Amino acid sequence: MLDRADGQTFIGNVRLVHAVGMHARPAVKLTKLAKKFEAQIFVRVAGAAEWINAKSVAKIMAMRAAHGSTIEIKASGSDAEAAVAALVDLIATDFPDGAS
Amino acid sequence: MQGGATGLAYRGRTASIGFAHGPFVRVDAGTNGERVAGTLVEEALALRSAIDVASGQIAELATIAGGEAAQILEFQVALLEDEDFIEAIFASIGEGSSADVAWRSALDEQIADYNSAEDEYLKARSSDLADLRDRVINILRGGEGQVLKIPSGAVVCADDLPPSRFLEIDWSSGGGLALLRGSPTSHVAMLARARGIPMVVQLGAIPEIGATALLDGESAMLELDPNAEQVRLFEKRRENHRKSRASARAILRRPTASWRGERIKLFINIQRVDDLDHADAQYADGIGLMRTEFLLTERGRLPDEEAQFAAYDAVLRWADRRPVTIRTFDAGGDKPVPGFTLDGEANPFLGVRGLRLCLARPDVFTVQLRALARAAVRGNLKVMFPMVTSADELEAGRKLFAEIVQRLQLDGIDAMLPELGIMVEVPAAALAIASFKASFFSIGSNDLAQYVLACDRSNGALAPLMDPLHPALLELIARTAEHGRRAGISVSLCGDMASDPRCLPALLNCGLRELSVNASALAQIKRTIDRLSNGGGLG
Repeated sequence: MLDRADGQTFIGNVRLVHAVGMHARPAVKLTKLAKKFEAQIFVRVAGAAEWINAKSVAKIMAMRAAHGSTIEIKASGSDAEAAVAALVDLIATDFPDGAS
Repeated sequence: MQGGATGLAYRGRTASIGFAHGPFVRVDAGTNGERVAGTLVEEALALRSAIDVASGQIAELATIAGGEAAQILEFQVALLEDEDFIEAIFASIGEGSSADVAWRSALDEQIADYNSAEDEYLKARSSDLADLRDRVINILRGGEGQVLKIPSGAVVCADDLPPSRFLEIDWSSGGGLALLRGSPTSHVAMLARARGIPMVVQLGAIPEIGATALLDGESAMLELDPNAEQVRLFEKRRENHRKSRASARAILRRPTASWRGERIKLFINIQRVDDLDHADAQYADGIGLMRTEFLLTERGRLPDEEAQFAAYDAVLRWADRRPVTIRTFDAGGDKPVPGFTLDGEANPFLGVRGLRLCLARPDVFTVQLRALARAAVRGNLKVMFPMVTSADELEAGRKLFAEIVQRLQLDGIDAMLPELGIMVEVPAAALAIASFKASFFSIGSNDLAQYVLACDRSNGALAPLMDPLHPALLELIARTAEHGRRAGISVSLCGDMASDPRCLPALLNCGLRELSVNASALAQIKRTIDRLSNGGGLG
């Protein structure tokens, strides 16, 4: 799911289907993919107060997103739309190998 | 002897006999003291450079390791590339923390966070972080990638010392090793004995003082900033030791050892080619064990065929017609080799080590077997596999070896299949000894004892239980020797027991007639056999 929030910021949300939640391997893949984009990208577990830098593996791990939780993504910057789409796809397809 | 501003004496346990008088150097005395912090800019640069080095090392390990290990390592690399995480550490340096303190506290915070998790998976990640923490700290201290700056002949003091760090220190001008913890049965103790470096372990707490030290391996004593009287007594003990060794050496020049009319063959163990420089080495009947792990760590990368061939060839030339038994890579257990052994095994002593690892890594093993096959035509070479459990493993190794020999010959390169034997160090191998079609057996009593007695040999707390004369261990040795005698297959013993005069009567009574000892123990063992043969006591 992808929404255009305003002029620069794009948001999306996706259910975390990974069996053990947001652990080292998915977290590494997510941050690696996020770093490919110029955009500033933030994620949070739906409803959490704080947005987390999607390019920081330490913070993504600390988020402790559990299996079945919904991840919200927002991005701003030149390639923000593509960034959100790519991250949604990565999480929705359960972090396939070779995706990052 | 204790007390006073100078001349403090500490007693530990003997790990290696010998004497050292030299500068006292602490190599890992906690978080402060070993590293002098520079300016803010220097500290930031030091951390930046340590992170880059660590990142490169881990990436290289990940490439070689592959699979799950690579994914775990990728997490470490990702953390090093995490700007938010790293920037906070640099900010702390900007506020005046030294590089190592800032790094350590950031990692410790993460580790504590992971440890507090309910989730076992997250908890397990904390050991990855501890690994990363220690790697960067070691680099900051100049321990990894760079040779330790230790003055020659120093008495090196550490809490404990992994074998890899022992090997990084230049012992060519002597020196000694004083460990606050440690164990006489550890690998590093074995290395110290082989090099004739005095070593005392389990010294307990020692204050952060001392410019010079006396280390007496025989009486297991470390004396810091000794006064004149202490030095005089130390020199006297050293002189007595030297005389006793000189008389033992005279025995070396006599013909072969014998016991009850039977010839006892005495071989030497070597860790590296330089060990042949030992003055007593020439009196050995051959080389009973040449370890090859030094090749894996010497240049910081896995050795190529030519470097290996040169080392094997040098030893064969030295030995002339005498037999040389070379053991294939015995990595794993407490001998990790970056890029070769597996990380993260819950119990590496029972893990993928020795021949198991070599068979799992034909890329590395093939190179060694090629070098050995080429060396085999140059002298009396025997090759043995370590950590063999079942006859299938020996046959798998033999098959690979035979294929390599054939390929070399087809390419017109001189090569042959040497005699193949196994180390007997897994209890299952000792119990099923007749199932192995080996040309010879060599009992690795250190690991055999560790596995039979269920005692980690590097755990000092278990030292009293690590009894080499335990009847269960002697039973396995006797069975192996008996099988060899019946089947006409040579059986030797190359563990520490062979170098221990107290164990000799038992070993001879078990039926062993071939022993392989460190060159530094050769004289004493020969003298002990001589005395036992003449009805005397232990020498």
